[in-house]
Amino acid sequence: MGNFMLRRSLLYVPGNMPSMLQNIPIFNCDAVIIDLEDAVPLSEKDAARHLVKHFLMNYTERNKELLVRINPLDSKWGYEDLKVVLPALPDGIRLPKADTPEIVERLDTLLTEFEEELDLEIGRFRVLPSLESALAIINAVGIANSSQRIFALAFGAEDYTASMEIERTKGGEELFNARTRVLWAAKAAGIQAIDTIFADVNDMEGLKAETELAKRLGYTGKCLVNPRQIEVVHDVFAPKKEEVDYALQVIEAIQRARLLGTGVISLKGKMVDAPVVKRAARVLRTAYAHGMVDTLIDEEAIHGAQ
Amino acid sequence: MALNSLGREIPERYAGRALTPYRDPFSLTPSGLAAPRPITRVNPGANKLVGSLREAIEASGLKDGMTISTHHALRNGDYLLNAVVNEIAALGIRGIWIASSSVHPVHAEIIPHIKSGVIAGFQCGVNGLIGELASKGELQVPIIVRSHGGRARAVLEGSVQIDVSFIAAPCCDPCGNLNGYFGPSACGSLGYAQSDALHAACVVAVTDNLVPYPAVPVVIPQTLVDFVVQVERLGDPAKIVSTTTRITTDPVGLQIASYASQVIEASGLLKDGFSFQTGSGGISLAVADKMRSAMRRGNIKGSFGCGGITGYFVGMLEEGLFSALMDVQCFDTEAVRSIGVNQAHQEISADLYANPFNRGAVVNRLDCVILGATEVDCNFNVNVNTESNGYLLHNTGGHSDTAAGAKLSIIVAPSIRGRLPIVRDQVTTITTPGETISVVVTERGIAVHDRHPELKEELIRRKLPVKEIHDLQKETCRITGTPRPLDFEDEIVALIEYRDGSIIDVVRRVKE
Repeated sequence: MGNFMLRRSLLYVPGNMPSMLQNIPIFNCDAVIIDLEDAVPLSEKDAARHLVKHFLMNYTERNKELLVRINPLDSKWGYEDLKVVLPALPDGIRLPKADTPEIVERLDTLLTEFEEELDLEIGRFRVLPSLESALAIINAVGIANSSQRIFALAFGAEDYTASMEIERTKGGEELFNARTRVLWAAKAAGIQAIDTIFADVNDMEGLKAETELAKRLGYTGKCLVNPRQIEVVHDVFAPKKEEVDYALQVIEAIQRARLLGTGVISLKGKMVDAPVVKRAARVLRTAYAHGMVDTLIDEEAIHGAQ
Repeated sequence: MALNSLGREIPERYAGRALTPYRDPFSLTPSGLAAPRPITRVNPGANKLVGSLREAIEASGLKDGMTISTHHALRNGDYLLNAVVNEIAALGIRGIWIASSSVHPVHAEIIPHIKSGVIAGFQCGVNGLIGELASKGELQVPIIVRSHGGRARAVLEGSVQIDVSFIAAPCCDPCGNLNGYFGPSACGSLGYAQSDALHAACVVAVTDNLVPYPAVPVVIPQTLVDFVVQVERLGDPAKIVSTTTRITTDPVGLQIASYASQVIEASGLLKDGFSFQTGSGGISLAVADKMRSAMRRGNIKGSFGCGGITGYFVGMLEEGLFSALMDVQCFDTEAVRSIGVNQAHQEISADLYANPFNRGAVVNRLDCVILGATEVDCNFNVNVNTESNGYLLHNTGGHSDTAAGAKLSIIVAPSIRGRLPIVRDQVTTITTPGETISVVVTERGIAVHDRHPELKEELIRRKLPVKEIHDLQKETCRITGTPRPLDFEDEIVALIEYRDGSIIDVVRRVKE
């Protein structure tokens, strides 16, 4: 929990569009994924990675997490993408087609090499693997544990349904098992789970319904294809006022308990102990990001003084 | 030449008139009496109907050097001004001043009559080609740009004396009772024509929908109308639609709208009795949409929506979110429909709307107005008249009136427009003084005028991206580079009058 980071909204931005790159600082998504893969036509692969490099180098007052989706490592562009973009210091790499733990391990090795070459702290570049095929879903547990750099698993439904030879529907029943398996793997590894994109940018109700489903299952964020989707997704992930009020009471209660020399206390007849406090802390951090509470909860409030 | 309080060089005289440099928004106070109008007598059995526009012009006694007016409720769909000027030219009359409430691109048809001397000058702002040609030095006629409130003031105090007002009347009876609600050219509110009807020496009602007596509701009464004339068509009401009347889908515009709506919520003004004005642009409507949601959520009942009215505001009225609409001009056909059927959709004159020299205008009761800009400077002065090429292309509208009147005046604009930064060291032309602007909202940040320290604090508390306007400028210029200043000749092509009649700026000829 120490390196808690809100990742409710991860917005894709095409890496070959200067007009859209230029607007990255202004949107209030938690992260952007600058895309060198599917959004960029073959004829522009080379130009795009240089454009992205220069954008990143000039984006000095960074106000969100910056990931770059490179081309698959087994394509002829993947390595070159890393080579050009990493010196401009993105926060991490979104790895497409992360079908096996070995693919992620290969990326991990490459990133370590670049970190050494660039004289950076080892482990600086984070990794977000995309689980987007039947094989990746089966391998989810291994992938989740394949690198210390992984902070979350991302589920990619478009490629997944293609690999399953099925249609993607708005109801999403066909995705249920895969979504759940990605979640189990992520939660078991103690990392976040990011849901797939919702492609219809004019269907805000559909987006809301799908995001609500993902949240109920346990996803903590969603990938987006248009900035207009940010607000809907944040609204869904925003804690309800009652949840925030309750969380504040929990923290107050546990602080009171510690004064009494105990780690357990009753609040309105319900037991408050470590897991309850942990959940409350998470609610309050999310509430802080939404501007619902004024101060960020500190570690000492959660765990007590050492 | 004298400098006004904003540092702009103002000549002592222009087009034969002594000028007062702008000093501040509120202290200039009028004296004397309102402009008189000749009285007359119409006996039983008298006939006001004349056979044609030409006969009406002849009957009105229009002569060389006189001033005429039309209203712009049909906006870019108006046929009347072109028709009147063509007839005036055909009658051999010259040196006519145009004091319409606005001139639109459709009126480029009268340009040959400007060049030939039929038209001697404009006592009003111009949109489009006429202003562009004037800026290039190709039209040698004076142009005096006024706000809507400023125009009503000028007509009321007599600094503009209209000799003949030609009022496009979409629904009119033979005695001259008229309204804009019904008929093939229905345009809704006739707010701009009402001051003309009261103060012009002669009033000609021009209609394409002559109805049996009486035409009700009576908006402009027969007691003010000298002649009535029928024409085939007054205009194309489909073209009254002002710029865009749909909510923007551009993510940058939506981001601006989202910040603007959060500024309104933070201001504390959004409560029962809230009054609000927006224009018709996509961003303004997106702000209105967010206000609508916020009002529903908070179960807030607003007081009135104001200004140019769109179907969007009509929806809010019919939903009960406003108790009234104060409508000086209908911006789309849905607003036109509504004003004819909704009792609480109130037509107001430009005088009632925004004139600073009467016993109180509606804009003084506004809580919040959303306004656009082509440029803003670091003192919050706003330009809406000239474009980045220096050409006079837009009229002031109600910009400076509502900014002065509203408690909270918010400029919404993208930080970059046509590759140029919106925030400048100096705006090309000052339309609206910075001391009447509260907040500038761009997608890259929100700048708050020093007059509103509490609001600034509250926005920071709400974690909105509050920035000093200089920093906003620097940030944008890092992307765009610093634009090279425009070069101008000394020659003045237009005056920008502030709403009180003092001169806030001049437009000079662009050096080509």
